[in-house]
Amino acid sequence: MQRIDTYPTHEFNGYKLRPGKPEPFGATLVPGGINFAIYSSHATACVLVLFEKGAKEPFIEIPFFEEFLIGDVYAMIVFDLNYENLEYGFRIDGPHDPKNGHRFNPYQIVMDPYARQIGGRDLWGAPYDDDDPYPHRAQVMVDDFDWEGDKPLNIPIEDLIVYEMHVRGFTQDPSSKVKSPGTFAGLVEKIPYLKDLGVNCIELMPIFEFDEFEYDRVNPKTGERLMNYWGYSTVGFFAPKSGYAATSPFGMQADELKNLIKECHNNGIEVWLDVVFNHTAEGNEEGPTISFRGIDNKTYYLLTPEGHYYNFSGTGNTLNCNHPIVRMMVRDCLRYWVSEYHIDGFRFDLASILGRDQNGAPLPNPPLLEMLAYDPILANSKLIAEAWDAGGLYQVGSFPAYGRWAEWNGKYRDDIRKFVKGDRGMVGVVSTRVQGSPDLYADRGPTSSVNFITAHDGFTLWDLVSYNNKHNYANGEDGRDGTNENYSWNCGWEGETDNPEILALRERQFKNFLTILMMSQGVPMLLMGDEVGHTKRGNNNTYCHDNELNWFDWRLIRSNRHLYRFTRNLIKLRKKHHILRTRKFFEHQDYMGSGYPDISFHGTKLWQPDWSDNSYSLAFLLCGRHAGEGFDVDDYVYVILNAYWETLWFDLPPLSEDRKWRVSVNTMMASPKDCYSPGREPLLKNQEQLMVGDRSVVVLVGR
Amino acid sequence: MNIGDVKVLSVDGRVDATTAQQLQGTVLDSAHNSPKLLIDLSKVDYMSSAGLRVMLLLHREIQENNGRVVLVGIQERIRDAMEITGFLKHFAVVPDVQAGIEMIG
Repeated sequence: MQRIDTYPTHEFNGYKLRPGKPEPFGATLVPGGINFAIYSSHATACVLVLFEKGAKEPFIEIPFFEEFLIGDVYAMIVFDLNYENLEYGFRIDGPHDPKNGHRFNPYQIVMDPYARQIGGRDLWGAPYDDDDPYPHRAQVMVDDFDWEGDKPLNIPIEDLIVYEMHVRGFTQDPSSKVKSPGTFAGLVEKIPYLKDLGVNCIELMPIFEFDEFEYDRVNPKTGERLMNYWGYSTVGFFAPKSGYAATSPFGMQADELKNLIKECHNNGIEVWLDVVFNHTAEGNEEGPTISFRGIDNKTYYLLTPEGHYYNFSGTGNTLNCNHPIVRMMVRDCLRYWVSEYHIDGFRFDLASILGRDQNGAPLPNPPLLEMLAYDPILANSKLIAEAWDAGGLYQVGSFPAYGRWAEWNGKYRDDIRKFVKGDRGMVGVVSTRVQGSPDLYADRGPTSSVNFITAHDGFTLWDLVSYNNKHNYANGEDGRDGTNENYSWNCGWEGETDNPEILALRERQFKNFLTILMMSQGVPMLLMGDEVGHTKRGNNNTYCHDNELNWFDWRLIRSNRHLYRFTRNLIKLRKKHHILRTRKFFEHQDYMGSGYPDISFHGTKLWQPDWSDNSYSLAFLLCGRHAGEGFDVDDYVYVILNAYWETLWFDLPPLSEDRKWRVSVNTMMASPKDCYSPGREPLLKNQEQLMVGDRSVVVLVGR
Repeated sequence: MNIGDVKVLSVDGRVDATTAQQLQGTVLDSAHNSPKLLIDLSKVDYMSSAGLRVMLLLHREIQENNGRVVLVGIQERIRDAMEITGFLKHFAVVPDVQAGIEMIG
C-alpha cells in the first residue's frame, strides 16, 4: 500500500519538495525521493547542493525552507532524483568568528558527516582536480546487501589470533597475483592464505574514507609524493574507503566490503576495524574545510578558550568526543558498522582521547566510553582501546573498561622486547605478562589484554631484531617522527647483513618473540607480514609510503618458508591447547589435586625461579588438569625462556606415568627441527633434564 | 521471444537507476508469465548497482515461483563486479544463448 505522505508540498525551481524527517541523519531513500537531514546548532541557513556524479558545477542548489527546520536539524525530501548519479553537499551559513569557535563559510560546500558513500577518490592514487569546489562528495546508497543469514561470529576473545593488516598493502604488490590488487576483492582472494596461517580475526587498519593525497610532502630520497597510506585521518566515518573497492566505478563499494566480511565469516574469520575517532582529516586552522569545521566547528572540535584547536591527537585537531552530539555520532557510526556491515569488533585509535572532557581534561567516568560499553547493538562487539593518546595520557591497565573494554597492551610489547634482547631485571615482570598481565587487569581478566610484539606503529618483527635505531629519513621529517623507544637489538650489525652468525641469532630472537607471544595468556596479535619476515628497512613509521616498504611480498612465503612454517605451527599449538587460553587469571593453586598448581614458575632447578635482577631465564608449567578452570583436560605445557647469553640446563617437572615430555618448539634448532605439528612432537630421551641454548625458547608438551 | 518453454529477454545498453526500474517492470512481468527465463546481457556495457539489484530481485521472484533463470553473455567487467560483490553466485551464468537453453530448456 502506498503511503499518503509521498507527494510534494513545496517546489523550488521546478524541483518538488516536502518537509523531511529529521531522522535518520544523512541521505535516505524514501518513496519517490531522497530524505536529507543534517544537524547544526549554530548555523543560520542551509542549502542543499546537488551535483551529477563527478560534475564540477552543481545542477541545483535548494535552500531548506524555514518550515524544514526541526530543532537544529534541517530536513527535506527532494523528489524525482536519480540517486545513483547523484552527489550532494551543503552550503551552511552562520557566524565566522574563530575566537568564539565559529568558522562557517557558505562559499565552501561541505560534506554530510553521515555520508555512507563518498566519491572524489574513487581509484586509489588517481589524479584529481585541484580546483574541484567539492573534493569529497557524499553519495546516496542502499544498504540492502544479501547477507543470507550471516552474523558476527562472536568467537570467544581468548580463542582469537588477531592479524593486523592493511587492505591495500596485503595484495597491492604484483607478487600477490590477484585480479584486483589492493582492494577488498583482492583480500577475498587471499582468504585461503589466512586460513592456512591459522589466524581467525583480521583487524583492518582504517577503511573509512580518507584522502591518500592529504600531504604535499615528497620523499627526500626519491622525490616521490608521500601519501597518507595508513589512513589514520578520517574524511567520513560512515563510508568505506572508495579507493579500496575495485567496484567503486559501479558504486558498489559497500557491497564489495560486505562480501569480504561475509566471506571471512564463512571461513571462521572475524573482522575488526581500526577506528579513528580522535581526530579528522581537517587538521588545524591551516587544514581544509571538508565537513565538520563548516557545519558546526564549535560542537565537533575541542577548542582552546581562544578558539584554536587542541591537538591531543598529534595531527592538528581533536574531536570533541564527549559532547552529546559527537557522542551520538560515534554511537550511530559503530551501530551502523555492526548492523549493516556485521563487523565483529573495533580497535579505537588513541582511545584515551575519548575519555577527555570538552576542555581536554581526563574524565573519571567518560560518558562516551560508558555509553558504548552498554549499547544494546554493540553488546557482543569486541571493543579494544589503544589506551593512550598523543597528549600524554597513558591508561594501559587503567582505561575505563566497564567490564567490556580490552586494551592493546603496550606494556606487554615493551617488557617482552626488553626481556628478549637481554635487559636486566625483567624476569619478574615477564612472569606477569605471560599470565595475561594480572598486575594491570586484576579485576578484568586476561581477556582484557591484547598482547603484541609488533604493530603497524614501530618496527616489524624482523626489523626489531635487525635494527637498534629507526631509519625514517624517507618520511621527510628529518627523523623527528616515529618512536625512539623501540627496545630493539640488531644482534651485532645495523641492518642488512650476510653474516651467518648474526642472521642465525636474528632468526632465533625472531622465533623467541613469536613463541612467547603464542604461549602468553590473553589475545595474541600478529602484524601482517611478520609471519614471513617482512622488513621495512628499519623505518618504524611507514605511514606515508605506498610502496614495497608496506606491501606484503608474496614471494617471501617461499623464500622464508621456514619462518612461515614456524609461525603456522605455533598458531596450531596455541589453538590445540585450552590451557594457553584461559578466561580467568591463574590462581596459583592446585585446586584439582593434580600435584601441580594451574601455573607454576621454575628456574634451572624446579620450584626455584630466580627473580633477581641478574636473572635472564624463567620457566613455567601449565598444568593440563586445570584447563578450562578444571572442566577440561589438556596436555601439560612447559615453557622455558632463556634470554641469557649462555646455554643452561633446566630440570624438567616429573609427570605421571602415563605422560611423557615431548618437544614442540626449540628455537635453538634449525628448521624443520625448530617446531613440530601438534601430535607429532618427538619424545625427549632425557625426561629429567634439558639443555636449553643461549637466547632460546623451548616448549614441551606432556602427554 | 520464446525458445521452447524458455522466455528469452535481450537487454541493451546501460542499466542504471534510471533504466533499472523499467527493466524491473518488464523482467518481473516475464517472470510471472514464464518460470524459465533467459536474459541475454551480451549487449549491456554498463550495469550499475541498481541494475544488479534488479537482477537479484528477479532471481528471488523466480525462485519463489519454482522457476529458473540463466544469465547469458555477461561482459567481463560486469561479471567481475558481480563476482566481487557476491551477486554472481546467486545466478546460473553461461556464455551464450545456446548453452542457456541447454541448461534450463
